[in-house]
Order: sequence, then structure tokens, then C-alpha cells
Amino acid sequence: MHSPVKVCSSFVVWMGINTFLFVWFYLFYDLGDQFFYTRHLLGSALAWARAPAAVLNFNCLLILLPVCRNLLSLFRGSFMCCGRTMRKQLDKNLSFHKLVAYMIALMTAVHMIAHLLNVEWYNNSRQGVYDTLSTALSNLEDTDNTTYLNPIRTTDLIPTYFAFTTIAGLTGVIITLALILIITSSMEVIRRSYFEVFWYTHHLFIIFFAGLVFHGAGRIVRSQQKTDPPHNTTFCKDHPEDWGRIPECPIPQFAGGFPQTWMWVIGPMVLYLCERLLRFIRYMQTVRYRKIVMRPSKVLELQLVKNGFKMEVGQYVFINCPAISQLEWHPFTMTSAPEEDFFSIHIRSAGDWTDKLIDIMQKLPEGAQGPKMGVDGPFGTASEDVFDYEVSMLVGAGIGVTPFASILKSIWYKFKESNPKLRTRKIYFYWLCRETHAFEWFADLLQVLEKEMEERGMGDFLTYKLYLTGWDQVHADHVKVRFDQDTDVVTGLKQKTHYGRPIWDKEFEQVRKENPTSVVGTFLCGPEALAKVLEKKCAKYSDVDPRKTKFYFNKENF
Amino acid sequence: MGKIEWAMWANEQALASGLILLTGGIVGVAGQFRGWQFAAYAVAAGVFVCLLEYPRSKRSKGTSVERTGQYCFTVCVKSFGPLTRNYYVRAFLHAAICVPGGFMLATVLGCVCLGIASLIYLAAAIRGEHWEPILPRKAETRKPPESIKKPPQNPPPRPPPEMRKKRVDDLEGAAYDNPIDVTANE
Repeated sequence: MHSPVKVCSSFVVWMGINTFLFVWFYLFYDLGDQFFYTRHLLGSALAWARAPAAVLNFNCLLILLPVCRNLLSLFRGSFMCCGRTMRKQLDKNLSFHKLVAYMIALMTAVHMIAHLLNVEWYNNSRQGVYDTLSTALSNLEDTDNTTYLNPIRTTDLIPTYFAFTTIAGLTGVIITLALILIITSSMEVIRRSYFEVFWYTHHLFIIFFAGLVFHGAGRIVRSQQKTDPPHNTTFCKDHPEDWGRIPECPIPQFAGGFPQTWMWVIGPMVLYLCERLLRFIRYMQTVRYRKIVMRPSKVLELQLVKNGFKMEVGQYVFINCPAISQLEWHPFTMTSAPEEDFFSIHIRSAGDWTDKLIDIMQKLPEGAQGPKMGVDGPFGTASEDVFDYEVSMLVGAGIGVTPFASILKSIWYKFKESNPKLRTRKIYFYWLCRETHAFEWFADLLQVLEKEMEERGMGDFLTYKLYLTGWDQVHADHVKVRFDQDTDVVTGLKQKTHYGRPIWDKEFEQVRKENPTSVVGTFLCGPEALAKVLEKKCAKYSDVDPRKTKFYFNKENF
Repeated sequence: MGKIEWAMWANEQALASGLILLTGGIVGVAGQFRGWQFAAYAVAAGVFVCLLEYPRSKRSKGTSVERTGQYCFTVCVKSFGPLTRNYYVRAFLHAAICVPGGFMLATVLGCVCLGIASLIYLAAAIRGEHWEPILPRKAETRKPPESIKKPPQNPPPRPPPEMRKKRVDDLEGAAYDNPIDVTANE
């Protein structure tokens, strides 16, 4: 996991449930009277096998859920606990999926080792290697009035043969193998280099779940049943040769446990099936191209229209282009506002898929429709809070500036329509990036907004500052030569570019000075380190006096 | 996402198999199973496979990501030259190593996993891949960039000194044609 494990409340709950299940089932099998004779043959290895089995049931239930992105976005907000950024949410779902997978792998290992011991000891008991009681128990046959305990029925068996001729053994080996292949092909190195191998191999989970459901069908974990008259284990364990001959010790009867795994996993399996169906239906819906624009620095803007598509600010979609790859779906934050009758995405050249897409679009004749596209989404919880503050400080770092295209446009539309939901009167926008390469389209957007605002005499509605953190000698020379020009040499905007990182103290001072009585909301889309800095500054510059400026750092950052 | 080198996946699979063989072997020996000799073999085989597979190969295209602390393993594996470089050798080696694991339940999973790894290595070998060590690159000393502010090396084209002396008495004769054109290139 690339982010530090934040001790989230859902993580604590999950570990709590795992621990509870493990301990409960361990004690159930280690102390239960009905397993007294089973324990005599197997010791505590029985409990060591059954406890992880319970944890496995629980985690196999969970593992399918985080990847149902369509269903999750329908239940928006109810599962999420910390933060709702697009990246964060995606990452959180996938991080949880991986965490559960690791737990499954760990429990499988414990379960398998315990069962290896069980099979070996059952086999030894059958062959009379242990004491008389063990031999007597193992000799119990499956006839009219006796039932067997030891699942190994013959004396000339080898464990490997037993494993491959029982349902539990065979399914166990197959699904463990599937699990191992899934895990090795999901290693980051493989996943990033050749998505197809990862994705195809991952579908072995179908075999995994199928095998899992039938794994317990053989009912080889057997417990003692009540007989009439009752079999007194405390006394009878020392007299195995008298079983069936004295009234205190009728022959003990055993029966296998009812398989339960299917009860745990059938729900999520159905849900996942619905998820895949939903993705397929969404994929089949027609997506029309409204406009295809090549922006500078190989950025492609696609304006698309889809029936019944409703979005909110800062959300993202998954795009699939069968002409390039049948299987790959790539997420892109939308850069259009909900008020527009289309949705747009800006795609930078960032790898094979994006390069091919840009290539195809460049070769299209004027006005033609592009290749067939599948669009899944929108996903991500939008933060409507951004419209609630009188004064907003919006900070976008690097590629984090993309959702702000949507937000700024939406704020401007709402302002023009005098939308009562919009309480914002002033926006300070801070754009931090190493270089403006691939973001010229955003500078264009700011220019357009700048012009429109000036036309309405609203020149100071939006104050924006660009910070180029990756400047070098060439930049500096350029600026030196053109310092007296009206518009900025880098962006063409009226407001000049700053070099280096912003001095936040000065910025907050300025905001406080210009808005002495307002409540200021700060929103960030960028790195964690910056979030910490901004949070501190918000606290530092907020005044206790309610009539003076107050800064709120929004934890629900984008 | 470029083309995968199958050896990358084979490497992950083989490393996992080594660990599984090792674990199965330890269980077999510690539990004193029947056929524990196979388990003891599996322990040794598992350790060997892990040591062989730990250092990642350098990718022919793209950035290679090292495993933590793999440098000393890289040096060891590199020293075997063509035996470790060639993936056909590795494929057959793993196929041979995995066979005894099939004789005991505790190690059968390791055997099958290693067998699969062997098949993937075979695929890699057929595609012409081979193992390259990841060695630290010597930091190249960067030459300071050429400054445009260097003074000119050559004086401007001038005639010999006798002609340059100001000849006030003979202004007509003092004029000369420059051998090299000194007008600016428009």
C-alpha cells in the first residue's frame, strides 16, 4: 500500500470482527464436547483449521464488495469514513480489497497447514499407530448402526491420495492454486506492465468461489451426535473395547457438519454479478461526441453526450475504447460543469492507451464522430460545501487542478444564473505546478473566465495565482526580457506568474486583510503534505473573535 | 503499459513457489510426517529457489524496480554466467526441482506452483528473454553547460596593421575591401 495505514474506524471494526470470529470458533472446536473424540485424534489442530475457516468465510464475503464501484456509488457516503477524493476513494476501495486479500492469503496458509497435520494424524490413527482409543475410533465403520469418525476409511492410503479423492481436498488444492496465481499476477510490477495478464488471471476468482462453495460438501469434519441412551465420554473413553456392550457406552454416532460457506458468499456473488451487468449495460449505452479538440502539449479534450447522464462537480468517469483495448477502463476527472448539457474530459498523454487515443483522434477527419466509447460513472462524492462559503480559497497542485476546472465553471454558471445555492462572493485560486506543460487548456479557461468577469465589472470575483515550482534559468531569462508586458509570459494571463512555492503566511495574511469579517473555506486537491500545511495555517490565522475572519480547512478535499 | 516480459511473472510465481515449498517442507519435517525426507528436501529446494529468484532481472524496456537489498543476490546469481542468464536452463531446473515435491502432500502445492513457474519461464525463453543483472549506474559527472557568455576566441577580421594606421594624407588609398563580408545576415 502506498499510503500509510490510517487507523480508520472501519479498519478497527474489521480487525475486531476477524479477531472475534477466530477466537469464537477456536474455542467452539477446542472446548465443545461434541468434538471430544475428534480432538483425541487431532489435538488442537482441529480448532486451528476451523478458526481461520470462519475468518475466511467472512473475508471472502467482503472481498467482492469494494470492487462493485457502481453499486457503491449508489450507496454513496454510507460506507466511506475518511475523505472523499476521487483518488482517495478509488484508492481506499482498492486498498481495502488488497487488505482483505492479504488476510485471505494468511488464513489460507494457517488453514492449510492445520489440515496437513489433520490428514497426517487421521492417517496415522487409521493405521493404528496411536493408542487403542484412537484405533477404536478410527475403526468405526459406516454401517446400519454405526457411523464413522475418521474420514480416512482404509488403512493403505497415502495422504496425497486422500487429498485428491475427497471433495474438500481436491477443491482445496484447486482454489489455493487459483489464489496463488491471482496474487502473483497482481503484484504491482505485473499489474502496471501488462494489464491483460493481471485482469485475465484475476478472473480465476470465479474458480475460487465455485470451489469454495463446494469445499465443505464432503462434510468431513464430524461431530458426535446425541445417542439414546447417551454416551458418557468421560467414562467411555477409557473403555473402547466395551462400546456397544455396556449400557453407559452405546456406540458413539457421528455426523458431518452442514456446509456453511455458501451462506456467507452467495449474497456478494449475486451483488457482483449485478455490478458486472450494470457495467455492461452502461457500456452498451451510446456515447455521442459533441466536440473533439486537440489542445496544446498533446492534451485531448473530448466533449461527450450520453442519455440520462447526470454529474456533479469534481466527479470522475471510467472510459473504455474497444478500438484500443477491450479490457482497459481508465478514470478521468470531468472538467465540465453540471450546468452544461454535455460532459468533458481532458486527456493527457501518459502511457500507451492515452497515446493511442490521441493518435486516433488526430487522424480523424473534421467533424467526424470518434471511435465507439464506453463510459462508466459518474463516481466520487462531490463536495457541495465548496458553494457554501462566502470566500473560498481553492488550492490545486499539479494534476489536482483538474476538478477545479469543473468547480470554477460551475461557480461561474451559478453566479450568472443567480443560483441561490451559491453563497460565494470571492474566490482565491492558487495553482501550483512544476510546469504548465499539458495545462495550457486550464490557463485558457482562466483567461475566458477572466474576460467574462471583467465584462460584467466583476474583475475581482476571482483572484488567481500561478506558482511555477519547477522554474529554471531559461524561464528566468524569458521573464527578465519580457517583464514589462501586460500579460504574463507563461500563461498569457493578466495576473503574473510567481516562481517557487507560495509563502502561505503571506497569502493567508492577504486574504484576512481583504476579508476582515468573513468565513473562508479552504479546499485542496493535492499532496498530503500540503494538506497538513494548509490545515495548520487555517488554524493559525483563524480568529477566536466571531466577528473576524475564520478559516475552515475542509477535510473533504478533492 | 508496454509488452510484458513473461519472465517478470515467472519470477514472482517462482519466488512464491519457493516460499510455499519451504513452508510445506518445514511443516512436514516439524510434524515428522511419513516421507519427511521429501519434506527435508523441499526445505533445501525452497531456500535454493528463493535465493535464485530473489534478484529481479533488468527489464529490456522500461524501468526496473529492484527488490530491497537484492544487490548481493544479484552478484551471486550473476557469477553463474550463462546458467542463470538463460531461461531455458531455469525452466528445466525448476521442472526438475519440483518433481520430488509431488511425493508428499505437504509439498505438493509447492510442486505444482513451481511447475507453473517453470512453464512461464519456458514461454519467456521461447520469446528470447534472458536475465540481466540490475547494477548500480556510475554517476556521470555532468559537464557544465556551454555558456553563451564566453568571450570571442578570434579577433574580428582586420587587414594587417600597416593598412590600419590612419593615413590622413591619403584617404582614398586608406579605404579597403574587407576580405570577409561584415554585413549582418538578414
